[in-house]
Amino acid sequence: MSVPTLESTAVEAGPTPGVRTRRGVRSPAFVAGVVVVGAILALALVSLIWTPYGLDQASPGARLSGPSALHWAGTDRLGRDQFTQLMLGAWTAVWVGFSSVVVASVIGVPLGLVAAAAGRMVDDAIAGLIDIVIAFPTLLLAMLLVTVYGASTGVAVTAIGIGLSAEVARLTRISASRVFTQDFVLAARTCGTRPVMILVRHVLPNIWHTLVVQATLAFGIAVVAEASLSYLGLGTPPPAPSWGRMLQEAQATVSVAPWNVVLPGLAVAATVIGVNLLGDGLRELLDPQLRERSRQGADR
Amino acid sequence: MTVLAATNLSIALGGRSLVRDVTLELAAHDRVGLIGESGSGKSLTAQALLGLLPDGMRATGRIVIDGRDYLEAPDRAWRRVRGSTVSMVFQEPLTALDPLMPVGRQIAGPLRLHHGLNRADAQAQALEWCRRVHLPDPERIVRALPHQISGGQRQRVAVAMALACRPRVLIADEPTTALDVTVQKQILALLDELIEETGVALLFISHDLPVVAGLARTLLVMRSGEVVESGPTDDVLRRPKSSYGRELVASAREVTRLASPPAVVTPGAAGTERGDA
Repeated sequence: MSVPTLESTAVEAGPTPGVRTRRGVRSPAFVAGVVVVGAILALALVSLIWTPYGLDQASPGARLSGPSALHWAGTDRLGRDQFTQLMLGAWTAVWVGFSSVVVASVIGVPLGLVAAAAGRMVDDAIAGLIDIVIAFPTLLLAMLLVTVYGASTGVAVTAIGIGLSAEVARLTRISASRVFTQDFVLAARTCGTRPVMILVRHVLPNIWHTLVVQATLAFGIAVVAEASLSYLGLGTPPPAPSWGRMLQEAQATVSVAPWNVVLPGLAVAATVIGVNLLGDGLRELLDPQLRERSRQGADR
Repeated sequence: MTVLAATNLSIALGGRSLVRDVTLELAAHDRVGLIGESGSGKSLTAQALLGLLPDGMRATGRIVIDGRDYLEAPDRAWRRVRGSTVSMVFQEPLTALDPLMPVGRQIAGPLRLHHGLNRADAQAQALEWCRRVHLPDPERIVRALPHQISGGQRQRVAVAMALACRPRVLIADEPTTALDVTVQKQILALLDELIEETGVALLFISHDLPVVAGLARTLLVMRSGEVVESGPTDDVLRRPKSSYGRELVASAREVTRLASPPAVVTPGAAGTERGDA
């Protein structure tokens, strides 16, 4: 880089006005993402203490009724309130999404870091392992696990988490090895810093923003995966509600009560879109370059 | 007393020999310049002296630090030497500093590691070092991120980081190449001052003969992985023995002649206002 011949002050002069506005105004997409994800989170949390009806509470007189004041999202073929199921399904989705991301990160991040930090042989071995897991369909893994352990939310979380961990590991490995080639890592080594400390002090702080964005997107993938598994009967077992199983149960009556299919489908789609918008917004927000500038602005 | 000595140091990648039979010795107050064109093996030699050769490269010969041969030493042993006995300053100060860590913490890092200082003491020393390398407004700079300070200031930080643990050998790998000429002079003056003060032995690597000649008392000239000439700086400059040495001196002389009319150099324009780097 070039350095101006005569530089005067200690710290560069204040941020350009453009940077400052950047900090104040967030993209509409990000706001939309926050709103959608916030709404789903709110539904999920409220479902823990209140739902319009009990989960098993059926009104036999009002089977397959459309949305009304009594049943905001209509009822299913047993006369159970659909809105109640959507709310509880949101909790399932959030819980499974979150746990899967945790499982994926706990497996993937250390694996990626080790691959990036270790020598050629270990790196090749881990890269191969990642490729195998990516190539292995998550659905097949879930079916195998269900065959052995029976269908449960825990099995779904495990299968989804392992499936996602490969992507997490791959991204961690790539980002970390990019950091490892930087001079400041070599500089840290010339100071005698231990490899573990280099990971903690220099590598993780430089890649965590990428990982957070990835985790957000992985959450969306996990929600879809959970819905798919439940649709196939491999995920959350009845009576616990799940958007995927709502879809599956409504399938038979789709010509009579289309909203019973549309609403859970919309819920899944909204979650994924919301989470993706949120991820894109976070990417902008956490980008080190932008973040530093906004911090610099805050100093003034 | 010799702190670091390399004897017949050779570096090879696979079957290809990259550096052959380099011998050098560094004792307190020594100032050795290692000069050569790009790809002549200067930087590899420096990395080998810290046990940090890239994967796949192998060094042979002897690297003796404080009487112990470290060539085959495990990384654990090397880590005790790096930063505390032998340390290094890099060419590009922007990439040699962690972009997300305040510079004060980066200077404090080696202090906590080698001297076992706690966070507060290390920070206090880091601040002290910012003063010693003449950074303006040190209280502010210790909290600044590398991209918030200028290139010359970054290199001062790198020098502070390298010298923080009071090493006895400082390897400077083209520390001024990435800087423009006025800042370059200031950094050279700073190195000169700190070397005098601390008695650290200097191995100064560069491809720029006038820069090396100003600082080094002994010169080693490398070409294609071999030392083609060595001796006191004055001898090498006046009576270069090798053909490459003669070429180097001749081309440097040409540059100097271009710049020689005294009117071009205005006193005070460069070098005096060190803090402004």
